[in-house]
Amino acid sequence: MIPRPITITGGRLVLATGEPIDGAIRMVDGRIVALGDIAPEPNDVVIKAAGKLITPGLVDLGVFAIDKPAFHFGGITRAALMPDQGPPLDHPARVRFAALSGKPDMWIHPLAAATRGLEGSELAELALMREAGARAVATGRRWIGDSGVMLRLLSYCAMLGLVVVTHAEDAGMTGSAVATAGEMATRLGLPSAPAQAEALAVARDIALAELTGAHIHFRQVTTAAALDLIRAAKARGIHVTAGVTPAHFMLSDLELADFRTFSRMSPPLRQDADRRAVIDAIADGTIDVIASGHDPRGPEDKRLPFVDAEPGMAGAETLLPLTLTLVRDGRIDLARAFDLLAGAPARLLKVDAGVLSVGAQADIAIVDPVRPWVVNSGKMAASAGNTPFDRRPVEGRVTALFKGGTQIG
Amino acid sequence: MYPEGGYAFPHRDLTGIGRLERHEILYLLDEAEQWVELNRLPQKRAALLSGLTIINAFFENSTRTLLSFEIAGKRLGADVVNMHAATSSVKKGETLIDTAITLNAMRADAIVIRHASSGAVRLIASKVDCPVLNAGDGQHEHPTQALLDALTIRHALHLPPGSDLNGLNVTICGDILHSRVARSNILALTALGANVRVCAPPALLPAEIEAMGVTVFHDFDAALKGANVIMMLRLQMERMQGQFIPSPREYRHLYGLTLDRFARAEPDALVMHPGPMNRGVEIDSQVADDPVRSLITRQVESGVAIRMACLDVLTRRARGVAGWPTLTGDPA
Repeated sequence: MIPRPITITGGRLVLATGEPIDGAIRMVDGRIVALGDIAPEPNDVVIKAAGKLITPGLVDLGVFAIDKPAFHFGGITRAALMPDQGPPLDHPARVRFAALSGKPDMWIHPLAAATRGLEGSELAELALMREAGARAVATGRRWIGDSGVMLRLLSYCAMLGLVVVTHAEDAGMTGSAVATAGEMATRLGLPSAPAQAEALAVARDIALAELTGAHIHFRQVTTAAALDLIRAAKARGIHVTAGVTPAHFMLSDLELADFRTFSRMSPPLRQDADRRAVIDAIADGTIDVIASGHDPRGPEDKRLPFVDAEPGMAGAETLLPLTLTLVRDGRIDLARAFDLLAGAPARLLKVDAGVLSVGAQADIAIVDPVRPWVVNSGKMAASAGNTPFDRRPVEGRVTALFKGGTQIG
Repeated sequence: MYPEGGYAFPHRDLTGIGRLERHEILYLLDEAEQWVELNRLPQKRAALLSGLTIINAFFENSTRTLLSFEIAGKRLGADVVNMHAATSSVKKGETLIDTAITLNAMRADAIVIRHASSGAVRLIASKVDCPVLNAGDGQHEHPTQALLDALTIRHALHLPPGSDLNGLNVTICGDILHSRVARSNILALTALGANVRVCAPPALLPAEIEAMGVTVFHDFDAALKGANVIMMLRLQMERMQGQFIPSPREYRHLYGLTLDRFARAEPDALVMHPGPMNRGVEIDSQVADDPVRSLITRQVESGVAIRMACLDVLTRRARGVAGWPTLTGDPA
């Protein structure tokens, strides 16, 4: 059965730039065919947006689990899957399987493991994994400590045209740390590492990106020192991009009080000055991407002493409303918010989505940007409720979602 | 001088000095005085906790603290049971929470816990219905050690009950980074008005320790000048991942408390050590065995009294002691 064309009317279209414009959007055969001041064709399914925002579906650059209910709740229509799976995505067959695992209503873009077993020593079969559907390469939760391996990885990926998504923490400096060095970690007696571990890793990898011409994407940059390095590298024309998750612009290490394991992150939550530096970097364009880092973890991973708990949070459902706080605070406009959440990650993954334009894939969300709701870790769509934002009132909710021109929620 | 009845100590658990007010610390010290006296009598038994069960759940090896808690419980007439992690189902993969729920189901009247992870004791406390005493959690706190140290100092200086340690210069030297004893002592001593100095090489000092109200020294001689009390800490090699100091010999050269060094403190300065000592590394025998100025064995003696006081105070609500109503709200 060929799906009927859909026209969403009476919305406010969030385009790549500028303020939202009143209008409608029409999708046929999975693609956007017209938008703006248009009317539905006679045979169309008509959906009334009733003044809500019509936005691109979110493209989440970096999730650790395929968790469709959470993604759909959060307006996410595509997610880049981190290679840290069991077993890791270091083989073409596993990449191919992952690439097909969400279709049709959720597209998963696997990130190929940079090295076999994510061990950081031997390069994985990156070109074969690209053939199998990998949209980029990632070092996983870990940094590649051996600079020689990283150099070869980047030069190879430069040739293949694959972005290298990397984790930025100098492993020698972080060791077994679970917190950022500072008063909080000291009072709690938690193993900690200086925040500069991030800048050290970023500095090396910028140098290697410059040397090889590769595009490197730091999945999470969370400190002022590292953001300064990225800002300077961008000014020099080096091909670097940076991302962050809402936890690092919403929360600081004060959240660790009482050893709350839902606040255990990797990299760990930073001190407040770094948190504010992240917001500044989002506002000035140094940070390109906001992602959820979605990593649902049940009590067997989280109801443990802080040091023994696994890092990570279930972030898919709160990604949009927490990003919208930056719009409400006047730090970014709506167009930029959706570029951080959809446009930039889609360009990075080289997928034909993330933006409302004629010819693009019809991945579309209808968003009520002021609808209030309260995060409840006990009632999440995600497969686990490990969120440090439990009981926090937020605003902004997806009221309808379309993937490839078909309504899915 | 203390609030009436149960208001003097409105906590169900003793998980850390950081949760106590100055007057609550003093209250526990004063309560311990009677037990110091009892412990010196030939007949050392009170029947206060008769019929109560105390479980000592030690997930990390301990000799002196476990023994001290066991003796304290028995002297108060309680039935004391020791659970060693090495011989328990913890080794079979049981989670800490399941162990806590199991202990709770056995209807203990108090649980004393030592665990290698910071925060583990508070996690267990949140899952059980009886008072929980922290006997050391990772690098976080060891509250009874800080209390017994304060009591020992008070006795050595012949200060009467109710006294704080206002104006006293205390130097804590050693592996501050890995030490829960140091953290609890910093909190207790600063709350009682002492001037606390910490001395260690930078690698053995936690970040921003100044925020806890201490002065930082790297030069031991400078840290000793004017010191009334010197607390020496052991190098916790078992907690070190990687090399923090070049060698014990070199450490002794910079931070060992030798007789010569001891002479640089105040003439009547006292020396303490929570044990176990590494003689010839952080402390020389001539200093440790000084019959007047070394308080090391007196610390052990105070330990039993302090633990008796803590067990008494924390079980008062369950025992229905007049003026000690059950706590409502968050059992912190």
